[in-house]
Amino acid sequence: MSTISSKQKIEASLKKRYARERRFRLYGVVSISISSLFLMVLLFTIISKGLPAFQQTWINLDVTLSPALLGVDANADPEALFSAKYAKVIKASLKEMFPGVKGRKQKRALKNLVSNSAAWDLRDKVLENPKLIGTTQSFWFLAKDDIDVFMKGGIDRNLPESDRRIKDYQLEWIDKLIAEGRLEKRFNTTLFTAGDSREPEQAGMLGAIMGSFFTMLVTLLLSFPIGVAAAAYLEEFAPQNNRWVDFIEININNLAAVPSIVFGLLGLAVFINFFGVPRSTPLVGGLVLTLMTLPTIIIASRAAIKSVPPSIKEAAIGLGASRVQTLFHHTLPLAMPGILTGTIIGMAQALGETAPLLMIGMVAFVADVPGSIVDPATVMPVQVYLWSDSPERAFTERTSAAIMILLGFLVIMNSAAIWLRKKFERRW
Amino acid sequence: MSDVLPTLPGLSATGDNADTQPLPVETRDEFDVEISGTVGKPFVDNPKMASRNCNVYYGDKQAIFDVNLDIGKNEIIAMIGPSGCGKSTYLRVLNRMNDTIPGCRVSGEHTLDGEDIYSPDQDPVLLRARVGMVFQKPNPFPKSIYDNVAYGPRLHGLARSRTELDEIVEKSLMRAGLFKEVKDDLQKPGTGLSGGQQQRLCIARAIAVDPEVILMDEPTSALDPIATATIEELMDELKSRYTIAIVTHSMQQAARVSQRTAYFHLGKLVEVNPTDQVFTNPEHKLTENYITGRFG
Repeated sequence: MSTISSKQKIEASLKKRYARERRFRLYGVVSISISSLFLMVLLFTIISKGLPAFQQTWINLDVTLSPALLGVDANADPEALFSAKYAKVIKASLKEMFPGVKGRKQKRALKNLVSNSAAWDLRDKVLENPKLIGTTQSFWFLAKDDIDVFMKGGIDRNLPESDRRIKDYQLEWIDKLIAEGRLEKRFNTTLFTAGDSREPEQAGMLGAIMGSFFTMLVTLLLSFPIGVAAAAYLEEFAPQNNRWVDFIEININNLAAVPSIVFGLLGLAVFINFFGVPRSTPLVGGLVLTLMTLPTIIIASRAAIKSVPPSIKEAAIGLGASRVQTLFHHTLPLAMPGILTGTIIGMAQALGETAPLLMIGMVAFVADVPGSIVDPATVMPVQVYLWSDSPERAFTERTSAAIMILLGFLVIMNSAAIWLRKKFERRW
Repeated sequence: MSDVLPTLPGLSATGDNADTQPLPVETRDEFDVEISGTVGKPFVDNPKMASRNCNVYYGDKQAIFDVNLDIGKNEIIAMIGPSGCGKSTYLRVLNRMNDTIPGCRVSGEHTLDGEDIYSPDQDPVLLRARVGMVFQKPNPFPKSIYDNVAYGPRLHGLARSRTELDEIVEKSLMRAGLFKEVKDDLQKPGTGLSGGQQQRLCIARAIAVDPEVILMDEPTSALDPIATATIEELMDELKSRYTIAIVTHSMQQAARVSQRTAYFHLGKLVEVNPTDQVFTNPEHKLTENYITGRFG
């Protein structure tokens, strides 16, 4: 009784307790700062590298569409117009602009001021209006990637000539073009309207975006109904304490942790080799990603279904609703925010997945924009991988730009998840 | 205001109040009374619902032992007893709500108007439409007041037209004594009502399917005394149309609303008698101990 009372003991311990609390809060602030720092560094490098890719250099040329060079005249039929020699015309106009170019090397460099797509652009314009033949017109053409990189400051003109991809004579041409106002940087629409290409200045993301869209469509249409049905069955109908049900549950949880490349191998063995699904297509990609997304959706949906208050289900059953009616009238609508969140997170994960798609041929170079789920296609993360692997200097910035576009889609999907959760959230 | 405030009494050490805490039922002397069958009058002429040799098991554990009980037409029967005595379990036997609990087994004969409610021919959906239930915690659906009440009739196709459904909803809300308060807010969410109103909404929802029996599982235990009084008055009015079985922890409530009272103890039905008799002159020692507040 004479020694320290418990009040004094508690007072003595309080100081320690508060110190511990302050320390813990400090740890939290430090870890948040570190993680946001890493995020900032990541975003900064990607954005600073990728932003230039959203601009592209164009060159203005005065093209004389002489029938002699083209090999056709204005009255030729469309087929002849289609196969006329437009590249020659462009070459001639370049020669005219820069007289005195000697040697094969320099001649080739001169031709390579503009992208080889310039001939096709010119063809399209002539096909649109054959009356252009015989006149001299001023056209803007895409610059070749090296010129583009130089214009964006990717090549230092102070370096010794031997260390530069742009030689001194090319520098002269560029300076002359700039002086005449014939070089211009414009917004890079090619990035969003073209498929992949070996030529960086002609390469675009549209093929990959459409490929991702079709793949995600297949994944969503398969994994959402299957996942929700499986979750609803396991939560509401499956016999409890049944060995088979436990076995299935354990396996579903384990599947969520299986490395994604394994799903790719499975898809290759089962879908392509056994079922003969065409390879490199969004269909088979979607099937593989469905396998990968299912565990995520099932686990999220089960948690959402479990969190619906039993009192609501009891009320419905007490009124004479069958179990299926209770599920569809009450449990699923109330669990929907959680299910949708899980689904979108699973889809976002699938959208960023590369490894399993490598196994099923979606890593192929596909220049065409896919029009359906059975056209050969690639997807955005694979496009990033392909571009990052390309030697051309101009692909570096396009890789970062592709990552930005991919991240943009992921941000949109995650915002949609949050919005859906807010919208469907109900209180009881 | 007075100038001098009385000084606060010193914070003297409080006495150990363990003596005043009731001991668990199993370890108390009052419990040392043999229960051999049910005393009183468990049977009535022409019962609405009846149970014979009712046993309920949760897995290996038996929750109810040999309960025999009749529920008369248009009466309110109160079921009282200490927690865990099986009164709620028994109530859920009567509309087969126990079916949804995994591992729960019910034996014995149970009838509604002489029909066996556990026979394979009996559809539990139809049974639950005839024997409605109101739960302890108000559990309106997170929908509008109208949709809450209309849910049952829609489910069973009781209304052929929108006007007919409107009538059912209005009538049910009126009978549940809620219509006046909500008639302008039928499209507002039912979850926005006060606790007492929510419980009356649940009663309206239960009577919207026009059941014959309403089971109430401690319907007022989550409500304040005024809401409780409203619901008790309501039960008195409902009695003319429906048979009501109510589980309650409040002996005053049992005494106020019911005609007969059944006392359950550790899964056994100890005594069933007219309510007046149970509360003034109980037949069984255990009942007496319970209602006099010596345990429970």
